[in-house]
Amino acid sequence: MKILTANRLADGAVVWLALGGRWSTEFEDAVRLDPEPAAAALAQAEAQPGRFVAPYLIEADAAGVERRERLRESIRADGPTAGHSLENV
Amino acid sequence: MYRYDEFDSRLVAERIEQFSDQVARRLDGRLTEDQFKPLRLMNGVYLQLHAYMLRVAIPYGELNAARLRALADIARRYDKGYGHFTTRTNIQFNWPALVDVPHILKDLARVEMHAIQTSGNCIRNVTTDALAGIAADEVEDPRPWCELIRQWSTFHPEFTFLPRKFKIAVIGAPKDRAAMRTHDIGLEIVRDDTGALGFRLFVGGGQGRLPHIASELKSFIPAEELFAWLTATLRVYNRHGRRDNIHKARIKILVASLGLDAFRAEVEEAFAALPKAPLAVPEAEVERIKAYFAPRPYAAAPPRFAAFDRALMTDPAFARWTRNNLRPHKQPGYAAVVISLKPVGGVPGDATAEQMDRVADLAERFSFDQVRVTYEQNLLLPHVAMDDLPELHAALGRAGLAEANAGLAADIISCPGLDYCSLANARSIPVAQALSERLSDPVFQDAVGEVRINISGCINACGHHHVGHIGILGVDKQGEEFYQITLGGSPDETASIGQIVGKGLPGEAVAPAIERVLKAYLARRDAGERFIDTLRRLGADPFKEAIYEAA
Ligand code: SF4
Repeated sequence: MKILTANRLADGAVVWLALGGRWSTEFEDAVRLDPEPAAAALAQAEAQPGRFVAPYLIEADAAGVERRERLRESIRADGPTAGHSLENV
Repeated sequence: MYRYDEFDSRLVAERIEQFSDQVARRLDGRLTEDQFKPLRLMNGVYLQLHAYMLRVAIPYGELNAARLRALADIARRYDKGYGHFTTRTNIQFNWPALVDVPHILKDLARVEMHAIQTSGNCIRNVTTDALAGIAADEVEDPRPWCELIRQWSTFHPEFTFLPRKFKIAVIGAPKDRAAMRTHDIGLEIVRDDTGALGFRLFVGGGQGRLPHIASELKSFIPAEELFAWLTATLRVYNRHGRRDNIHKARIKILVASLGLDAFRAEVEEAFAALPKAPLAVPEAEVERIKAYFAPRPYAAAPPRFAAFDRALMTDPAFARWTRNNLRPHKQPGYAAVVISLKPVGGVPGDATAEQMDRVADLAERFSFDQVRVTYEQNLLLPHVAMDDLPELHAALGRAGLAEANAGLAADIISCPGLDYCSLANARSIPVAQALSERLSDPVFQDAVGEVRINISGCINACGHHHVGHIGILGVDKQGEEFYQITLGGSPDETASIGQIVGKGLPGEAVAPAIERVLKAYLARRDAGERFIDTLRRLGADPFKEAIYEAA
């Protein structure tokens, strides 16, 4: 299964493709897609350069992101694990 | 302090207008990311993990209160209330929205700052000794030469699309306090036998994947030939650098693959072919610029420092701070003060907007309106009268900026790592924080004395781990963070690249291992030896043992 993610163009915020073609800033909302619809969704995001930067697919299962990318993706989802932005988010 | 002339102001204003239009066209979808990316990078805008990042150039690390307040204001209005000072003496904002960047650039231009050439394959911000103009061992103040290079390299048409980024450092003293030998080009101001001013020209330093210490290309180039030699060197690089392979594109690889002598022959040939007159450093311009950096109107030193001596006797925290954070000033009665941005458990190099404002106030009050960024990710007030030090120390304490650890083990240099950086393999900040807490005992820190600990979150080495006495490099093993330790690096005039000691450690094992290394040093050092001296005398083995010793 795959998850589609990108940064939002205007402010760089991390977003995930959610149910019903909606995009969410919450990782919890991310939909799991089979490879074919995932590729189609990616192509659709890529075709909207006015909304997204650098869309890509993440390998994931029901439990979460596949191990290799888990840390990076959890930091993208939850923000920095340390530092000033913790207090100020 | 530099000043913009009419050209600077016009160029910066034109660039802002151009980039604002590019941002607008990107936002309405007329430009794709592929088209826009090189344009935003030319203006210091990166895309990191969570947001855009804006890197603002601080020319050779020099600020005044107005500039620092402008940075604080940007941090407050467009970011999350803080900024991150880097090992290239720049500042990075981690959270600006793309839509806000044109406004930020306008705010910066009002105080003669910009983000141009802070990214991309061009000549980057020139760096120098944080004690420039202050140090007693200096042949001459390097800052006017930095300023000349800044003017020469800004929008240089021939050197805007180099094979890879290009970093230049200038120092004015034999002691290298700017890691000059880790730069693509390094310059050391010297005088020849006749007393004429010139430079030792170094080339091919660099960190990253294949680290190199720069080699001496010319033992003396006359000062007026500076631009001609820079042009010749960059021209050879521009022509022969490996544009086909990003990992081999830095000048260090070209110098290493041609060999220093062959590279020198190429540069000399290019130099001979250059018309000298148009490239000669204009003397009147040098004098004009030197006036910007003239000595401050210092007061004569009093016969004794009443306030300073009193505080020294009565306040142990002040006494410790003076021992560790003061640097000698060639003007009697003055000292330079390192403001440590390394509080216990803090993020190396981060400063809040409030802290920046406080430092700006203190620079105005106590340091002739000058403040500098050091490549160790600290700030420095260059000219403080001895009797002002107790008051300054108290004021810094109120702002959480009186940490007395400059140059000590807890003065850790660290890149942002995987908490922010999209290129990272592992996190740096939590490792720095754990280490800083582990080494927080001031008695232990003072006993250990001078040691450099550097952390990078990937092989790009923004945290200078290759030249840390103790280097820590984050690596990714199948999704787990591990940290490789290197020993024996050094960034100064005895520069060396650290050697990897063995297999990587998990994050939580790093701080205890480093503490054991420092204890091993305390147990083995001879009188007067710094950590690096003992390491060089004994070799790495006893310290490797300490790292891998079962806890
Ligand atoms: S060293 Fe690597 S992880 Fe650290 S800031 Fe540089 S590129 Fe990012």
